[in-house]
Amino acid sequence: MPYFEMSRLVLKWALTKPPTSRYPFEARHALAGSRGRLIFTKDNCVYCTVCAKKCPTGALVVNRAQKKWAIDRLRCITCGYCVEVCPKKSLELTTSHGTPAVTKDLEFYS
Amino acid sequence: MSTGTDQTFETVTIATLLDKVGAMRKEGYRLVQIGATRLPEQVELTYSFDLDNRLANLRLQLPAAEARVPSISSIYWCAFLYENELHDLFNLQVDGMAVDFHGHLYETAVKFPFGSTKAPVAKPAPAPAAGQPASKATVEPAASSNPAQPVSTLDFRL
Amino acid sequence: MARTIIPFGPQHPVLPEPIHLDLVVEDEKVIEARPSIGFIHRGLEKLVEKKDYVEFVYVAERICGICSFIHGQTYCQAVEAIMNVSVPPRALYLRTIWGELSRLHSHLLWLGLMADAMGFESLFMHSWRVRERVLNIIEATTGGRVIFGSCKIGGVRRDIDADGFQNMLAELTQIERDIREITKVFIHDNSVKARLGGVGVLSRQDAYDLGCVGPTLRASGVAQDMRQLGYAAFKDLQVEPITRPEGDSYARCSVRCEELLQSIDLIRQAISKIPAGEIAVKVAGNPNGEFIARTEQPRGEVAYCVKANGTKNLQRFRVRTPTFANLPALVKMLQGCELADVPVLVLTIDPCISCTER
Repeated sequence: MPYFEMSRLVLKWALTKPPTSRYPFEARHALAGSRGRLIFTKDNCVYCTVCAKKCPTGALVVNRAQKKWAIDRLRCITCGYCVEVCPKKSLELTTSHGTPAVTKDLEFYS
Repeated sequence: MSTGTDQTFETVTIATLLDKVGAMRKEGYRLVQIGATRLPEQVELTYSFDLDNRLANLRLQLPAAEARVPSISSIYWCAFLYENELHDLFNLQVDGMAVDFHGHLYETAVKFPFGSTKAPVAKPAPAPAAGQPASKATVEPAASSNPAQPVSTLDFRL
Repeated sequence: MARTIIPFGPQHPVLPEPIHLDLVVEDEKVIEARPSIGFIHRGLEKLVEKKDYVEFVYVAERICGICSFIHGQTYCQAVEAIMNVSVPPRALYLRTIWGELSRLHSHLLWLGLMADAMGFESLFMHSWRVRERVLNIIEATTGGRVIFGSCKIGGVRRDIDADGFQNMLAELTQIERDIREITKVFIHDNSVKARLGGVGVLSRQDAYDLGCVGPTLRASGVAQDMRQLGYAAFKDLQVEPITRPEGDSYARCSVRCEELLQSIDLIRQAISKIPAGEIAVKVAGNPNGEFIARTEQPRGEVAYCVKANGTKNLQRFRVRTPTFANLPALVKMLQGCELADVPVLVLTIDPCISCTER
C-alpha cells in the first residue's frame, strides 16, 4: 500500500540489532586495505631525502647531515607515495590508526 | 585513451565570434564550458560545444591589456554564469551579459585572484614549534631548538 | 505587493555545501533568485603553478569529497591523452569499478539528503546505512572512505585480488537487496510523490538549452550520458542512459534510483570481464599539448581542460563541473516557485558546491 511502504522497513529494523557501533567505547576494526598510519624503521634509512621530496603535502622533513627524520602527523594524508619510492624499504603503511596526534609538532626520529 | 579524441579547435576573432556561436546554436550544439587561460602576452578563451558527444571548441585570443569580449548570453542564456566567472576571476570585461552580477558572483577575499600568471612568492616557513617542552607526542626533546630544515621548498603553510 | 529579500544559505540545514541565494519573494512566491558563490573557493586551479603534474592527482581528487574518484580519474585521462600513454586494460577495469562504486555512494548520499529535505528523517538514515556498506567495500579495496587515492597517471596504484572480488560480489548482493527496499519507498510512497511531483518542471527544450547535464538532463527526456563516449572500460560495457519524460523533481529522483541498480549491474559485468595483467605503466617525461577530457560523474558531465607546455608544471587546468552547468537551470526553476519548495529544488540538481568553486 502506498502509505505503508516505510512501515515494513521500520518494523524490521526495530527488531534487529542496530547497525551502528558504539565507538569510542568499542574499538573500530580496520578493514583489510585501510590506510592507517605511517611506520618508520630507523635501521634501514640512509637519509636520501627522496621521501620528503615526493611527499605531496610536505609532511616529511629529512635532514641528511644531522641524520634526522621527522613527520608532521597532521599533514600526512597516508597516500603511501613515500612507501613506494623509499629505496631501503624503511617505511610502511599499516592498517590501524594508532593514537591520534594531539599537537602540531613534528615527530622526530634521529 | 580513445575518449572523444575527435575534438576540433577552431580559431575565431571578436568580429566573427557571435556569428559562429549563432551558427552552432542553429545546428543544435549545447554549450559545455567557457574557459580562459592567461598567457604572458594575451588571454586565450576557449568556448566548448557538444553535439552527439562530439566536442567542438572555438579559440579566441585577446591582448592581455585590453581584454574585452562580447557576451554570447543573447544566444546561450546559460553563458551568463561562465562569463561572470571570467570577469570575477580573470578581470575580463564582458559586454552585454544577460544577467550581470557586477563582480558579486564570486565573493573572494582577493579581487581577481587569477589575474596574473606569476606564481605568488612563497612565504617563508614559520619556525616549527618543536622547541616547546609541553608537547606530549613522541617528540625527541631536540637538543638544539633548531629543527631539521625542510628539504622541500614548496611551502603551503599560509 | 511588497517584495522581501530572504537570504538562503550559506548555512542551511538542507545544504551539503555552502551556497548563498538571495530570494526575492512576493508573499511566499519566489520571483527571482540571485546566487552568490565563493564560500569554498580554494583557488585549486592556480595550484598547478606549484605542484608538478604527477602529484597534482592528489589535488584533483580533493576538489570534492563526494565525487572525488572520478575527478582523479578524469585528470589522469586528460594527462594520459596528452602524453599518449596507453593504460593497461586491467587498470581501466579497476578504474571503472571504483568509479561505479563512487556513483553508488554519491546517489545514496543524495537520496538521504533529499529525504532529509522533505523531513523524512528515518528514510535519510536508512539510505546512509546502506551507503555505509558501500563505503566499507571502498575502504577495504582502496584504503580510504572518501578520498580513494588509487588513481595515478599511467594506471592505478592498488590491485584487487580474486578474494577481494568475491567479497565485493557478496556485499553487492546484500546492497542490492537494501537498495530495492529503500527505493520502493522513494518511488511509491504517497508523501514522497506529493512533495516531489510537479515541483521544478524543466521541459526538454529548456533543459537542453540551459546546458544541463547528468540526471537533471536525463530526467527531462534527453538521452545523453558521457559513459557512451567509451572511456575506461565502458567501450566493453553497454550503458543505456536512463531517461524520464516528465522533468520534475520526482523524475530526477527516479532516474537516480534506477541508476543505482544500473551501477550495480555494471560493476558485476566489469568484475566478470576484468582481464589479468599489470595495473600501471611507467610514465616519464613532461606533457606537451592540450586536451579536454569528459567523463560522467554522478552529477553529470565534467570537462577537464588541461594544457601543458613541456615543463613539469601544467600551464592551465580548468574544471567545468556538472553543478556549474546545472546552476542556470536552478536559477530558472526557482523563478515562480513556492518558498517552501526552495530546499527541494536546490537539492534536486544535486549541488556539489565544492566542485563548482574549486
